[in-house]
Amino acid sequence: MELSGGEIVVESLRREGVKHVFGYPGGSVLHIYDAFFKQDEVQHVLVRHEQGGTHAADGYARATGKPGVVLVTSGPGVTNTVTGIATANMDSIPMVVLTGQVALPVIGSDAFQECDTIGITRPIVKHNILVKSVEEIGPAIKKAFHIATTGRPGPVVVDIPKNTTDPNVKIPFDYPETVDIRSYRPAERGHMGQIRKATEMLTEAKRPIIYAGGGVVQGEASEELRTLVRELEYPITCTLMGLGAYPGDDELSIGMLGMHGTYEANLAMHEADVILCVGARFDDRVTGDLDKFAPYAKIIHIDVDPSSISKNVKADIPIVGQVKPVLEDMLTCLKEVGKNQDVTAMEAWWKQINQWRSIDSLAYEKGDQIKPQEVIESLYKATKGDAIITSDVGQHQMFAAQFYHFNRPRQWLNSGGLGTMGFGLPAAIGAQLACPDQTVACVTGEASIMMCIQELSTALQYNTPVKIINLNNRYMGMVRQWQEMFYDKRYSMSYVEALPDLVKMAESYGHVGIRVEDPSELDAAMEKAFSIKDRLVFLDIVVDQSVNVYPMIANGKGHHEMVLSPSQAEIDDAEERDLA
Amino acid sequence: MRHIISVLVENEFGALARIAGLFSARGYNIESLNVAPTQDGSMSRMTIVTSGTDEIIEQITKQLNKLVDVIKLTDLTESSHIEREVMLVKINAAGAERRDEVKRLTDIFRGKVLDVTDTTFTVEVTGAAEKLDAFVDAIGYEGLIEVVRSGPMGIGRGEKPLQL
Repeated sequence: MELSGGEIVVESLRREGVKHVFGYPGGSVLHIYDAFFKQDEVQHVLVRHEQGGTHAADGYARATGKPGVVLVTSGPGVTNTVTGIATANMDSIPMVVLTGQVALPVIGSDAFQECDTIGITRPIVKHNILVKSVEEIGPAIKKAFHIATTGRPGPVVVDIPKNTTDPNVKIPFDYPETVDIRSYRPAERGHMGQIRKATEMLTEAKRPIIYAGGGVVQGEASEELRTLVRELEYPITCTLMGLGAYPGDDELSIGMLGMHGTYEANLAMHEADVILCVGARFDDRVTGDLDKFAPYAKIIHIDVDPSSISKNVKADIPIVGQVKPVLEDMLTCLKEVGKNQDVTAMEAWWKQINQWRSIDSLAYEKGDQIKPQEVIESLYKATKGDAIITSDVGQHQMFAAQFYHFNRPRQWLNSGGLGTMGFGLPAAIGAQLACPDQTVACVTGEASIMMCIQELSTALQYNTPVKIINLNNRYMGMVRQWQEMFYDKRYSMSYVEALPDLVKMAESYGHVGIRVEDPSELDAAMEKAFSIKDRLVFLDIVVDQSVNVYPMIANGKGHHEMVLSPSQAEIDDAEERDLA
Repeated sequence: MRHIISVLVENEFGALARIAGLFSARGYNIESLNVAPTQDGSMSRMTIVTSGTDEIIEQITKQLNKLVDVIKLTDLTESSHIEREVMLVKINAAGAERRDEVKRLTDIFRGKVLDVTDTTFTVEVTGAAEKLDAFVDAIGYEGLIEVVRSGPMGIGRGEKPLQL
């Protein structure tokens, strides 16, 4: 088979089983786009901005576990992808980004639409590759998919100069079947000795807690985690990225931990004597002040990336390996070791946890205006807890995380690490294309949604009937909350004074727009939105401006220093916290 | 504490930038870095001198290992090793007395005079970094016209090489 470089790109994608590519054409990728035109196996999804393209591919990857694929032109096409690539990188999402580059002979001459793609993306990718001949295209793409999807996943950029895709230069083409990179050997199974030690420590614990993160979702280890947790009957808390790894409505689940995690999850972390961390990375939003973090705990840390272990918190038993096989081995060990639990201690521990739980740290008061929390509860009801939920970044993201009980992995797609506003809508479009039979909703705010609003146009073109749940409080809510708490209510630049009419805007893009202002109309509007199966519905929900996200661990505080909402603060008894 | 990390990397476009970029992005110290191809032209050997607490050095080695282009690395300071640095110095050597002194110092430090003019000597000195520092001190700041140092490179003692 003789193919040109452009045809090789498309054929390589087809051989990788790629069904959708998110992209935007331009000068240096025109040969590749011509090759796309001549086939219909790999569908190209035309986005309206390259940032939207990367987020859509990212949402596609998060919803399926398959790598998201992006194709953009050189120069501004590339620089526009930077936010999306960094977002995927921080959350370890497999992605392959193909970028056009100016022709090899003019690289370095400040040619039109030239930028140093490899240099610009280097710190935000797992790896990047500059192709230097037509022969290198196939192997580079093979390598990119391999690196993006193995070990700790991440984005890989392949930079393809225009002259390597010249349609007049055809070469015999054979897509490589396998790839072997001598300098890249990601960890697989964990060390059996370590796993045995960890299992023993775990069974001997008196106040254990399991802390699971996005690694369980990305590593497809949710089943093994569920089995382990149920076998041990230990409390489990999930990070923002790990929500859904364990069913959120299960009795053993004590909710999310961290800055806006539940009272019971954070205090259980603080008081624990053994913490089993599975595929999480002790992020600052999870640990609070490191000096005050888990003072009584021995830490077992399972991670595929050795550099995550003992980076922020020293692990007593590090286990490097894929989460799934490590948990399988741990379950085998558990059968051998037996559940030699201290039953009395476990009863006391659960009693303590249930007492913390009884405080109901997520409680809020309803009123004349719609509260953002009740919107998420209404969303949960209307979707029967079964929708794929994407979110942007801010208060609405925290409310969605707190109030939508995610019961399966890949149900909750949000930018946890980089915290990218503008992620939600394009990610929802990507997720909907990946999962056409599922309900997809994007929980957002009026500030976030404006950052990638142009993708409403993409949603119409590809008929992705996403439901946008816009918590409209006219403020950048989380910024406003911090300004209220830490800047003496000086609301500097957090109020959006000139908002468009978002209902009309949705309509002008060809979608359905519905505004809700009265709490009594909320459930009906929500039902209506989800009853419209074939169209995008933009639900613009006017919510109370003054609501803050609680509970909260302020910057520089420890888990035990978290604050409840003002109405709950009196229930809180600080002395009860100091169990150990 | 000072550490010397020897790294085998793919001799590929951008490998050096990846490593240098890692140090600046994560705020790690880098005292010196040198790189050249090995006997196998597809690999380069890099010697990085850095400093930090044990935790930081552990992170540096883990982060380096995480780079796809890094084949293998070792922290030479963890075991017995040999360290060498080359220095080329242009020294003010005007007048018979001064010329004798510079020549004598060069001999003491087992250096070599590579070039001579009426007023200068250009000298090569090889050794561990401290020896080169000592030579510079002995010559005195006033006498130095130009100093070029390679940065240390190192190799482990014994039979075991750093290889694929």
